[in-house]
Amino acid sequence: MTDITPVATTELTDAEADAVAMGDYKYGWSNDDSASNYAFKSERGLSEQTVRDISAHKNEPQWMLDERLKAYQYFLDRPMPEWGADLSGIDFDNIYYYIKPTESQAKSWEDLPDDIKDTWDRLGIPEAERKFLAGVGAQYESEVVYHKLREDLEEQGVLFLDMDSGLREHPEIVREYFGKIIPHNDNKFSALNTAVWSGGSFIYVPKGVHVEMPLQAYFRINAENMGQFERTLIIVDEGASIHYVEGCTAPTYTTDSLHSAVVEIIVKKGGRCRYTTIQNWSDNVYNLVTKRAEAYENAIMEWVDGNLGSKTTMKYPAIKLMGRGAHGEVLSIAFAGKGQHQDAGAKITHMAPDTSSVITSKSISKDGGRSSYRGLLAVKPGATNSKSQVICDALIIDPQSQTDTFPYIRIDEDDVEIGHEATVTRVNEEQLFYLRSRGLTEEQANAMIVSGFVEPITKELPLEYAIEMNKLIQLQMEGSVG
Amino acid sequence: MADLVIKNLHVAVEGKEILRGIDLTVREGEIHALMGPNGSGKSTLSYALMGHPKYEITEGSVTFDGQDLLELEVDERARLGLFLAFQYPQAVPGVSVTNFLRMAVNAHRGVLSSDTRNDDPDAPKPIKIPEFRKLLEAAMDLLKVDRDLIRRYLNDGFSGGEKKRVEILQMAMLNPHVAILDETDSGLDIDALKIVAEGVNTLVTERGMGALVITHYQRLLNHITPEFVHILVDGKIVADGGPDLAKQLEADGYEKVLEGFGVELPARHGGDANKKPKTAGVAVGASA
Repeated sequence: MTDITPVATTELTDAEADAVAMGDYKYGWSNDDSASNYAFKSERGLSEQTVRDISAHKNEPQWMLDERLKAYQYFLDRPMPEWGADLSGIDFDNIYYYIKPTESQAKSWEDLPDDIKDTWDRLGIPEAERKFLAGVGAQYESEVVYHKLREDLEEQGVLFLDMDSGLREHPEIVREYFGKIIPHNDNKFSALNTAVWSGGSFIYVPKGVHVEMPLQAYFRINAENMGQFERTLIIVDEGASIHYVEGCTAPTYTTDSLHSAVVEIIVKKGGRCRYTTIQNWSDNVYNLVTKRAEAYENAIMEWVDGNLGSKTTMKYPAIKLMGRGAHGEVLSIAFAGKGQHQDAGAKITHMAPDTSSVITSKSISKDGGRSSYRGLLAVKPGATNSKSQVICDALIIDPQSQTDTFPYIRIDEDDVEIGHEATVTRVNEEQLFYLRSRGLTEEQANAMIVSGFVEPITKELPLEYAIEMNKLIQLQMEGSVG
Repeated sequence: MADLVIKNLHVAVEGKEILRGIDLTVREGEIHALMGPNGSGKSTLSYALMGHPKYEITEGSVTFDGQDLLELEVDERARLGLFLAFQYPQAVPGVSVTNFLRMAVNAHRGVLSSDTRNDDPDAPKPIKIPEFRKLLEAAMDLLKVDRDLIRRYLNDGFSGGEKKRVEILQMAMLNPHVAILDETDSGLDIDALKIVAEGVNTLVTERGMGALVITHYQRLLNHITPEFVHILVDGKIVADGGPDLAKQLEADGYEKVLEGFGVELPARHGGDANKKPKTAGVAVGASA
């Protein structure tokens, strides 16, 4: 008999069960965020001086300060994007742009202040590290407070640092790649990130090294009106491979926070990178992220993107297929509940011959939530024999909820094979009746239909994350009823 | 006593009356066959008893296990021990038969949310995986279910026969007090028919399950012997009898048998009614 794969029946931890009982977001607790509790907390709002202060605080080289200032100017000049989700609620003057929680980074969980350590314990990160991770970075507010890589990987030359340490210890690599995949003037929010970035991951995997277990970074916002702007750079050298996973949560506040990350990835010839996100921000967080990867000859780049939380998300992980035979894949799940707008999708550009790509997007809308798929598929001249398949499936749980699809396709080459399928499904009364006739409540039946709907994506996740994803979906389905 | 007691049941669909006063009692350990031409209302009765929202009860009462069944939600009826083996089971893509069964078994144990951590020691607990596997293995052995089938997504791309077997597998796992089998014989070859019949017989004799077997044809009844046979025509039970009645139908056809009861088939069953209802797979009259 086969092993029983985890679907919505997994037992919950105490903290999760508490959340179910309360019918709310399970990560909603917060620690004291008054300034005295932090090593450093900037004033609210953004000015050139804030940008200079952040850079000075970090003892950065001049070129990085110059980069930040250029980006700041561009951020000021560029209008707010009007083409996607409603961002009019963001009050840039009310946000804290830099909060340093501790004086120094810990190598052991025990060295962290109690409330911060407790946070990670409640999120299960130390336990996950013991069980199945090759390395962990844990960012709290603006800084990575804990960081560790397994020694054998260190010995093989794998670099896994927070971005600030990366800049200090490997300035030549950072300077070569920083802002090259996503320039500061790519968009208003990549400019904002470049101006005030702090934390994030810096990863280099040397030629031919396979990191078999995932590296994980966990991003936690604790303070009210926090702006978190981590910056991640991943370089996978020729024939190397890595799986990087990020998770994100925040307390529930009545006023908004902002998370605006930039992630740049280079996968060299024959390399492979999978980047998995389980984003579960509280429903007061604007999540505006720019992610882009370049895949060279015969390289494989995969984004697995789970968007469950946040008030508003705008995120379109991108892949440029730069070399012959490169393959790109984006698998995404978006779950829009009450008051949420998930505007997510993918961008893939075929720049070379014999390249292939697959975009699979699954969205669920419930309790008046809205999920939008926004995607771009481009094939440049000369990218002959390119193949691409785009599949967008939307599931709508109730009549108040909404979904829309904006697929853009630009093909400048004749010799290509492109497929596009889109479906919108409403939960069907006969299916519900059937499941309920087996004793499942209406909520359980709905949750089961949803977990089945996203199964093509959850089955791609490592077991632990598949369980987590299913639990989160179950919580979403059981929460906020009526 | 988990008896199903139906009294003067009238059911309408979209304002049109389909059942016009059904009286029927199924007790524990009894097998009843409900037969009748297509369009007589057999499936309507099964859906109405299970609580499909499209079927409106306009008159009458149904009690089950002493409770007013009609007051209960669909899932409450199921957890009370009523089971319907569907004529056309729904597919649920992405959910394996195994996981579905585990969730259904847990729901029957009273686990109705993912809040499985409960300080109350008497609170329902989900079934332990080894125990679940043991139950499932036993049920699969009884019904000779292919091991591959339970790893597949529920009814997704299943053949007619596979669907019916999985319906009966669910029945064996959920252990109902009364099961309604709605045209379970359709889509089954003779070997599968025997296995399914054996499964039903085992549940009836060993666990005291009551069964209401709805069928158009005699052939299932060659392997499941009903104590009671009822003939439904145009929304009413027009004839009751023992196992011989089914055999008589097989031999002589509805029209002739009903004549003996002083009942005429309504005109819309017309020419069809003269045919002997034994050729499986041939549609007779209006659709059910």
